[in-house]
Amino acid sequence: MKKATLCFLILTFLFSCNNKSDTDKESSGGITISGAGATFPYPYYNIVFRDYMRLNSDVVVNYGAIGSGGGIRSLRDRSVDFGASDAFLTEKELASMNAPVIHIPTCMGGIVMAYTLSGVDSLRLTGPLISAIYLGKITRWNDYRIVAINPNVKLPDLEITPVYRSDGSGTTFNFSDYLCDVSPEWEKIMGKGKALKWNAGIAAKGNPGVAGLIQQTEGAIGYIGSEYSLTLGLPAAQLKNKAGNFVSVSLASISAAAKIPLPDDMRTTITNVDSPEAYPMSLFTWLLVYEELNDGKRTLAEAKELVNLLKYIISPEGQQVAAKINYAPLSEEAVKKTRKLIGKLTYDGEILSPYTEEETDQVSSDIDTLSIKDTLHNER
Amino acid sequence: MKDKIFNILLFAAALAVLLLTAGVLYALVGKSLEVFSEYGVWGFVSNSEWDPRSATEEYGALSFIMGTLYTAFFALFLCIPFSLPVALFTGEYFKGKRVASVVSSIVDLLAGIPSIVYGLWGFYALRPVVISLGVNAQGFGVFLASVVLAVMIIPYASSLSAEFISMVPNNLKEGAYSLGATRSEVIQRVSLPFARSGIVASYILALGRALGETMAVTMLIGNTNNIPDGLRGTGNTMASIIANQFGEADGLKLSALIAIGLLLFIITALINLIAKLIMKKLSAV
Repeated sequence: MKKATLCFLILTFLFSCNNKSDTDKESSGGITISGAGATFPYPYYNIVFRDYMRLNSDVVVNYGAIGSGGGIRSLRDRSVDFGASDAFLTEKELASMNAPVIHIPTCMGGIVMAYTLSGVDSLRLTGPLISAIYLGKITRWNDYRIVAINPNVKLPDLEITPVYRSDGSGTTFNFSDYLCDVSPEWEKIMGKGKALKWNAGIAAKGNPGVAGLIQQTEGAIGYIGSEYSLTLGLPAAQLKNKAGNFVSVSLASISAAAKIPLPDDMRTTITNVDSPEAYPMSLFTWLLVYEELNDGKRTLAEAKELVNLLKYIISPEGQQVAAKINYAPLSEEAVKKTRKLIGKLTYDGEILSPYTEEETDQVSSDIDTLSIKDTLHNER
Repeated sequence: MKDKIFNILLFAAALAVLLLTAGVLYALVGKSLEVFSEYGVWGFVSNSEWDPRSATEEYGALSFIMGTLYTAFFALFLCIPFSLPVALFTGEYFKGKRVASVVSSIVDLLAGIPSIVYGLWGFYALRPVVISLGVNAQGFGVFLASVVLAVMIIPYASSLSAEFISMVPNNLKEGAYSLGATRSEVIQRVSLPFARSGIVASYILALGRALGETMAVTMLIGNTNNIPDGLRGTGNTMASIIANQFGEADGLKLSALIAIGLLLFIITALINLIAKLIMKKLSAV
């Protein structure tokens, strides 16, 4: 009889699973905000969300680093409160989201070409060279085209193993966006997108997967967020920017890339800009939220908390964290525009958190000084 | 009365499992219809293109079917020289002895190791060996994945075949001995032929296991969407492409991945069915 009771219990449990999540939310006093998406800014989100939870002890923020593509899909399925992506939604994607989506930029970062090559600490690369490596046209490290721009480096006669992302990725989008800009061949054969059809190399999942693979493989090169290369101690190549200078990734060189006119909806790429100091593979990373936060499941309190979280991230405290781990804080102009965007968020058509005109214009000078403070890259 | 209630509950539980299987199948078929109606079943299965770019979107499963078959069959091939001796050791030579039970429980222990651990072992320990063997420059690929898979399926193949080998009737073996056969002759002429179909069935089950393995393979095969260029090449299996790309897939790509899942389901079910039939034939003898 005991067994029978057990069976019965299991069955009841199975059938009651459906309603479980709803009752949970009501019974506990705390608020849970969940998000998913990009792996590129994950080290930053990890810290900024933790700080936010310390300040607001009744709030829990969950973030699943599943890749930008996954973040967009989760938001569309309404299984998360916010998605995160390093690629802004295309018009087609926006249309498929069923309701207006707002892009909240959180910080900027640089994609580095990290490599493992014993005895080679500094390396210079250009966009066309990277393109040729990933197209399988340059296959050895001592290829004359690489040697030509690295006259003082002793490059080994070793096969190059390019590494790319196996999942849909905003990092891939920005990487290919840059290469489309500098290499007509790349644009013709590969194009740009979160996922591509690759010709050479091997693949791994997520920024951490690619970084780990590069670290473990002699002769490997791959594109990852700069923070990942720093944590694993991987050297990163200097890239030739549009002005013809070889630049390494740093707060200054990323910030320089963002000194372009920004659109009001903040959907823009900042790869390969004109500025002579700019790092060519720089990018914005965004949190994506629906403009109308009442989706039938979310309570007003939860919506308000979500807005608070967004405001915290772009506040000087939140941006300071970014600077500490080699992401670049948003510029003054970007923060102003983002505040206007957060001001658009509604619940049942009512604007949740209007910034006053003053607040929108007044930007703490902290941020500006931060963006000037330079190069953690070299300090580490 | 108590008995009756118990019966009803058991029946309900059994029915629930059936319904669950039917539900899984229904969901898989329903969601994969989109891709099958786009390319046709054969068109999907025989196409090796996998292009997720929105402008030139095109999906075919052939690369992954080939990747799966390459790794699974090569793993099966590699596992035979290890699992058959273990089976003979525990089922014949030291049958019932303490040493046999120690060996078989250690081999069974291999089955209990989570596949992510195998993946890590392959990544950190085995890959440098593969590189130094000169298989390819970065170590990843069909060869590395197959070697790890072979280790993973050894316990499945060996414990079941040991069972069948130990079932060979003693009077048959004694008859052979009395005719002057040596031990190896007895094994070759009596034990193995008698247990043959059982051994074949256990290897088919091990193959089924190798076909569906996901985590370790995803970590080791290189994850490139092409038909593997021989054993040295990199590729993707049906399970690993799903693991890699399911998270962000939608529309036609999602449907294509689910269709691959359905194909894998069918292949594994067929393999299990074949193994069952062989074993049934054996027990009827």
